[in-house]
Amino acid sequence: MMAQNDSLFTASLKDAAAGGLIALALFGITLGMRADVAAGLGGQMVIDYRWGAVAIIVAIVFFGRLALNLFVWKSDKPVTQYFSTLKPKPGAGSKVGAFAKPALLVLAVALPFLLMSYYGASGSRRFLDLAILVTTYVMLGWGLNIVVGLAGLLDLGYVAFYAVGAYSYALLAHYFGFSFWICLPLAGILAAFWGITLGFPVLRLRGDYLAIVTLAFGEIIRVVLLNWYNFTGGPDGISGIPRPSFFGLEFERGENGFAAFFGLDYSSIHRIIFLYYLILIMALATNFVTMRLRRLPVGRAWEALREDEIACRSLGINTTNTKLTAFALGAMFGGFAGSFFATRQGFISPESFTFIESAVILAIVVLGGLGSQIGVVIAALVMIGGFELIREFEEYRMLVFGLLMVVIMVWKPRGLISTRTPSIALSGKARGISADLVQEGHG
Amino acid sequence: MSEKEPLLKIRGIETHYGKIIALRGVDLDVHEGEIVTMIGANGAGKSTLMMTICGTPQASTGTIQYAGEEITRMPTHEIMRKSISQSPEGRRIFPRMTVLENLQMGAECAGHKDFSGDLKKVFDLFPRLKERQQQRGGTLSGGEQQMLAIARALMSRPRLLLLDEPSLGLAPIIVKQIFEAIAELNRSDGLTVFLVEQNAYHALKLAHRGYVMVNGAITMSGTGKELLAREDVKAAYLEGGRH
Repeated sequence: MMAQNDSLFTASLKDAAAGGLIALALFGITLGMRADVAAGLGGQMVIDYRWGAVAIIVAIVFFGRLALNLFVWKSDKPVTQYFSTLKPKPGAGSKVGAFAKPALLVLAVALPFLLMSYYGASGSRRFLDLAILVTTYVMLGWGLNIVVGLAGLLDLGYVAFYAVGAYSYALLAHYFGFSFWICLPLAGILAAFWGITLGFPVLRLRGDYLAIVTLAFGEIIRVVLLNWYNFTGGPDGISGIPRPSFFGLEFERGENGFAAFFGLDYSSIHRIIFLYYLILIMALATNFVTMRLRRLPVGRAWEALREDEIACRSLGINTTNTKLTAFALGAMFGGFAGSFFATRQGFISPESFTFIESAVILAIVVLGGLGSQIGVVIAALVMIGGFELIREFEEYRMLVFGLLMVVIMVWKPRGLISTRTPSIALSGKARGISADLVQEGHG
Repeated sequence: MSEKEPLLKIRGIETHYGKIIALRGVDLDVHEGEIVTMIGANGAGKSTLMMTICGTPQASTGTIQYAGEEITRMPTHEIMRKSISQSPEGRRIFPRMTVLENLQMGAECAGHKDFSGDLKKVFDLFPRLKERQQQRGGTLSGGEQQMLAIARALMSRPRLLLLDEPSLGLAPIIVKQIFEAIAELNRSDGLTVFLVEQNAYHALKLAHRGYVMVNGAITMSGTGKELLAREDVKAAYLEGGRH
């Protein structure tokens, strides 16, 4: 027994030493030497040596590898066994949805009042702003869920429709002086139009190819906005976008303001609360429409299309129209959210609509569980809300982001809420069917 | 029956995949109330013929008429809305949707005139599906999935049912059940069936008439019994066991 342990230790030591040598060779050059311009006149190139940093790295690799060898890779009882017992049991989490929905809704509606009573008007502003941001992403997630979750069309350029919505409102307000309430439907229509425009050329594509084309489309919109200086202001963006009014009442000091009309003392928080409820209603409307559509022929056709396109056609479903409606509807909600974004910020520029936004929205949908509405909410809360709360660690955002992705994909490969409620049942209530019951590879 | 115009009339169909020719001038008739089968080896073009009837791919020459109407150049979804129904090769059920939802998809084009009535009918035909109505399609066994595929096709109340290799990958006992169900549908409802099969023995026994396809062209035709009795058919398709 002793001898066996001994040989295990020597083998591990050898392996770790090899790893350390490789690390030394790699980092000795990349990290150990740094070319720099010398201070002072002349500005000659000098090389900084940082052997301390190299030593630390090599030590980490050596001891890390040694520990992994001893306790995980070559051990009879890997420590990782313990972690796998932490995995949620199949079926766990299917109840979460049913319980979380009403609780979250009540919380969402009551949130401004809770915050106001606890933090007061000035203290709660920060949290309300955050709530608005999270709700915006929930709405975007729900919109994208139509395209990705229900219709199964991987869209990497969703932010394009968000941008179209935002710029539609900003430009219409800028050039024609239209108000938010007129522009909101127009922005939705325009975004839906662009959704169809994108939809037509990509009708024949699926999977990876579709993803690439949508990615390109998202970038095209952004680059056009960036370079069409005379019309969109290019990188300068558009500022002074008018704020929405409450049935004609502006949120301002004075006789005709919102506060005066309702006999309240003026406070800037009124507008924030109004914006919060506005996006909440818009998001809930998105959810409501999606849930209704799922039970209608077009919604079922989306889901069937995700499952099997050929079968769909053999059942007489017009796959062209089905795809286009999915694109148009998803884009429309993106457009609504975009015009809300414009009116909330008061200033927009192409910087807000980069690819990373698409990636974040897509990550919310995928992490939440494709096709799951409540999953999107939870994922948005964690990803947007969670990150904003730990703002101090902004640099590590992407690190945590990636880690979260890996953890979720290992734990729950189909997303947090992978239960799908059937759209029809003959007897009693439709039960959710957990994805864990079936281990098919696809979908 | 032969004096009447056939329900499905195919004349001189040629189909290409790019430059490769898959069907070389196929003529075929399916009369109302018949079960017609097409047998042939792998890659003979049986499934291509089936798909050409459905409009994907479209025939490069020739005509396909259904109930006196030219459907050769119609888009697939319009063809499939004309009381033609297909159970595609490889079943192609919707794996993540429940049995009931699968059936509902089938009924979509019929316009839900009597969804529960149609549902009862297919459940009577395949009682297994009734037991499993809330189960996801992907969790069914192969035989059950095939039953679901046929049931889904029946939900649109077709006049003509196209079946592409319903016996594929199924145990003989399940094949028998499924073929009995097809015979029953034909007998009681007068459903016209066009069946493409590799399982020549069962298919020819079931069918009123049969065609043999070799290399994209029809080489033999006749009643099921005639074809079963022919030595060359026996040699090519029935040797090595009766299943």
